[in-house]
Amino acid sequence: MSELRFEQVSVRFGGRHGMTAVDGVDLTVPTGQVVGLVGESGSGKSTLARAAAGLTPLTGGQILFNGQPLRPKRGERRPLQMVFQDPHSSLNPRMSIGESIAEGIPRAGRGGAAGRRSEVQRLLGLVGLDPQRAFSYPGQMSGGQLQRVALARALAGQPEVIIADEITSALDVSVQGTVLNLVRDLQRELNLSMLFISHNLAVVRYVADAIAVMYLGRIVEQGPAEQILSDPQHPYTKDLLAAVPSHRSPSLTPVNADPAVQAVNDAEPTDPHHLPSGCRYHLRCPIGPLVLPGRDICREVDPASDGNRQAAACHFVGELLTSGKAGIL
Amino acid sequence: MAARWLAALKTPAGAVSAAMLFLVLAMAVIAPILWTGQAEEINTRAILQGPSPEHLIGTDSLGRDLFFRLLVATGLSVKLALAATGIGVTAGLVLGVVPSLLSRRIGRLVTAFVNIAVAFPGLLLAMFFAVIFGVGQTGAVLAIGLATAPSFARLTQNLVATQSERDYIAAAKLAGVGKVQRLLRHILPNIAEPLVVTATIGAGGSLLAFAGLSFLGLGVQPPAYDWGRLLNEGLNDIYVNPLAALAPGLAVVIAGLAFNLVGEAVAETLGTPMPVSGRGAAPQRVPQASTAKPYTAAEPSTDGADSKAVLTVRDLFVSFPGPAGPITPVRGVSFSLARGEAVGVVGESGSGKTQTALALAQLVEHPGNVSASRLEFLGQDQLSSPSRARRQLLGTSFAMVFQDPMKSFNPTMRIGVQLAEVAQRHLGMNRRQALARAADRLRAVRIPAAERRLRQYPHEFSGGMRQRAMIGMGIMGNPDLIVADEPTTALDVTVQQQVLRLLSSIKEENHVAILLISHDLTLVAQVCERVLVMYAGRIVEDLPASDLAGRGMHPYTQALLAAVPDMETDRDRPLAVVPGRPADPSQVPVGCAFASRCPKADDQCTREDPQLVEREDGHRVACWHPSRGTGRERVSVELKLHAVALQGEAS
Repeated sequence: MSELRFEQVSVRFGGRHGMTAVDGVDLTVPTGQVVGLVGESGSGKSTLARAAAGLTPLTGGQILFNGQPLRPKRGERRPLQMVFQDPHSSLNPRMSIGESIAEGIPRAGRGGAAGRRSEVQRLLGLVGLDPQRAFSYPGQMSGGQLQRVALARALAGQPEVIIADEITSALDVSVQGTVLNLVRDLQRELNLSMLFISHNLAVVRYVADAIAVMYLGRIVEQGPAEQILSDPQHPYTKDLLAAVPSHRSPSLTPVNADPAVQAVNDAEPTDPHHLPSGCRYHLRCPIGPLVLPGRDICREVDPASDGNRQAAACHFVGELLTSGKAGIL
Repeated sequence: MAARWLAALKTPAGAVSAAMLFLVLAMAVIAPILWTGQAEEINTRAILQGPSPEHLIGTDSLGRDLFFRLLVATGLSVKLALAATGIGVTAGLVLGVVPSLLSRRIGRLVTAFVNIAVAFPGLLLAMFFAVIFGVGQTGAVLAIGLATAPSFARLTQNLVATQSERDYIAAAKLAGVGKVQRLLRHILPNIAEPLVVTATIGAGGSLLAFAGLSFLGLGVQPPAYDWGRLLNEGLNDIYVNPLAALAPGLAVVIAGLAFNLVGEAVAETLGTPMPVSGRGAAPQRVPQASTAKPYTAAEPSTDGADSKAVLTVRDLFVSFPGPAGPITPVRGVSFSLARGEAVGVVGESGSGKTQTALALAQLVEHPGNVSASRLEFLGQDQLSSPSRARRQLLGTSFAMVFQDPMKSFNPTMRIGVQLAEVAQRHLGMNRRQALARAADRLRAVRIPAAERRLRQYPHEFSGGMRQRAMIGMGIMGNPDLIVADEPTTALDVTVQQQVLRLLSSIKEENHVAILLISHDLTLVAQVCERVLVMYAGRIVEDLPASDLAGRGMHPYTQALLAAVPDMETDRDRPLAVVPGRPADPSQVPVGCAFASRCPKADDQCTREDPQLVEREDGHRVACWHPSRGTGRERVSVELKLHAVALQGEAS
């Protein structure tokens, strides 16, 4: 059992004129599953990750690990670990690789210096690095290798949940694949639960069992990966999917014949400091009030996901499937 | 760290100042042991004498030899200065570090206290303490020490704060490392260098301050003496024996300079990156373009139609001086661009794609050297034309779009003014015409409410809008070429599509050539007709964009495509992997740069660098074993076998 559950989690920065980066998020990472979290910059996905790791205090709600709040004591095993985006910044440049990894090994139940050394060797082997690398310093290694080290350090804490925050976006494309393969293998081998955050839908699609889509601090849609990808319910998810380029059919998304639809397609991202009333997506929504007349409800009422299959927070989920399809695709 | 300090000592300024400091410190230790007797011997028959062979700088009112007194005083002067610095550094460190250890409220209180103390003038603080602690050595040491503490505390606080935000501190927190341990093991070692440098410079300052206090009579009291004291006493007789006052002054200057210069010299070397040492083979020295053999075998077919070409590049080299010979990020790139053609340049970091773009825009920074056997833009030779003519042509017909538009706009000027400037300078428009043109151009890049937007500052634009404005600035004139370097990398996917669509519509409407630089093959294929794949400073393949999927001939092109997941990638198989690490421009091997990562590499590949040869119409490849039609699956199997083989060799 290693389930991570977010219950009505909110994170707010700044005082009166601050902004709510995460707003009432409910999300569950089931045991041994990978949940992919996608969304644009400013959607709050990294804040959610840092909150889960205890690096950012919550303003509201709670984060439960197996039904209990996470409060690890010193020297104990840390069941939740995080891997960061930039490995050059997430490893201390003045500590050897071995020292950095050894730091993550819990003190309890480890047999002294020799035990630590052999554990470091084991972990380096686990992430496919030469155990001799323990004596190298971060400056002597490439980005891909460093990200492996960062993974090894996270694994040193014997975690059950790993939070991976954009772990491949700072890497070169030829190296990205090795890290993704490794993450997938380790996740399956060790039966880890994982929250995998990325802005790259193709990468998320490759590793995730379930996908949650975040927009301006809210999760607007979540469900099994295949369903989200093949049958998106929320217009934002649909727009995201349409924007992903493909090897096979490399062409730009065509200009929409309807000028109103094109106008919302070209609209600026909404400023998270000045959230719109009603549905947060209505200013960019191709089936929203700016395109279809009479949809004032989107301007006025904030849609909540009402327990439907994929939990999409949209007033017109049903209609999207019928009338919406012709309008967008 | 030790290596950096040693490197600092090897610079001329560092060596001289280190020698000076060594002398001063040696004197401080030796002089009191050897010459205290001579310095304190009272000789009533030789009172207030001038310089003589017996007394080099004369004697004082008790007939004591001033030269020896000066030497012996080094001990006390340096000792007190170091003691004061020690107090200052310790107090500063404690005050600087405390906010990160204690609760937020107490931390804020300490920070506020330090801020007030910093605002308080140091010398005033010293005099204030001198009054509290009484006139004398102890008081003065405490006074100067505590007076230097606030600024040191402020520096420490700032350094600690910057390091605390780094991810490795967050990682240590997650690993269960306590606050104190985080400070001692992670933060302090990473901020030690600037702190030590500041402390060294501070010691020079303390020396000076102490001399000042003693001179004023607030520091060392007789019968003890330091340089400031000697200066004070010598000043009484300055008309009789000027050396008696000048010599201690000179000593203060020399010792102070020694401390300061050592600090500065080290600070300067810390600022420059350390050369990477001890990594593999020596880099290949790349010949300059003048001596490089022209790629005659690889002239592209567009050569005959050069009159139509917007841009012609032959054997472009860009090199920078490096610690172990020149680093050459671009090594002989040749291509041409026709009017209205969109060409993509794809490569990983270190492939030289950005340097190529900068060379075309004549923006390679100073130590860099650009050479080519031919570099023509709109028929104008960019290598020999007078710089004014070049600037005029580039200003009107060449546009560049960078990855981060925030850095390419001046943050303190309104967008409209910045756009209008282009038209005023290069098109000879007056201000009103220029602003009208700017509004028109913003509308052309589909920025709503263009007139209002003109009056806004760059920070009021979102990332995508800023990139559009940047493109709008590019088309203020009537450019024939737009070079866009990773224009959408900093943008979200939905916005990415908007910007790309904009670029391609500008291409269609205005018949502009586009050079789109990116690490993302699929993205480039969306906009471009032709793609140049770069690896380690060379073009390894030049192919029609429609051939990318499955018809690439270079193993690197195939591997890149196979290694990047897309929405059709088989989720049940592992991704194809390119073994090894991306090319390092400072270490280019003799043969094919990709050989060490290539599943097809043989002896020839490691010996000889393949030339870019035209294999079929409009498809050039630089590979000894080009092949076509290996599907994604086969590439991935080949790569995997290769990776396994490499691992076997390594272990």
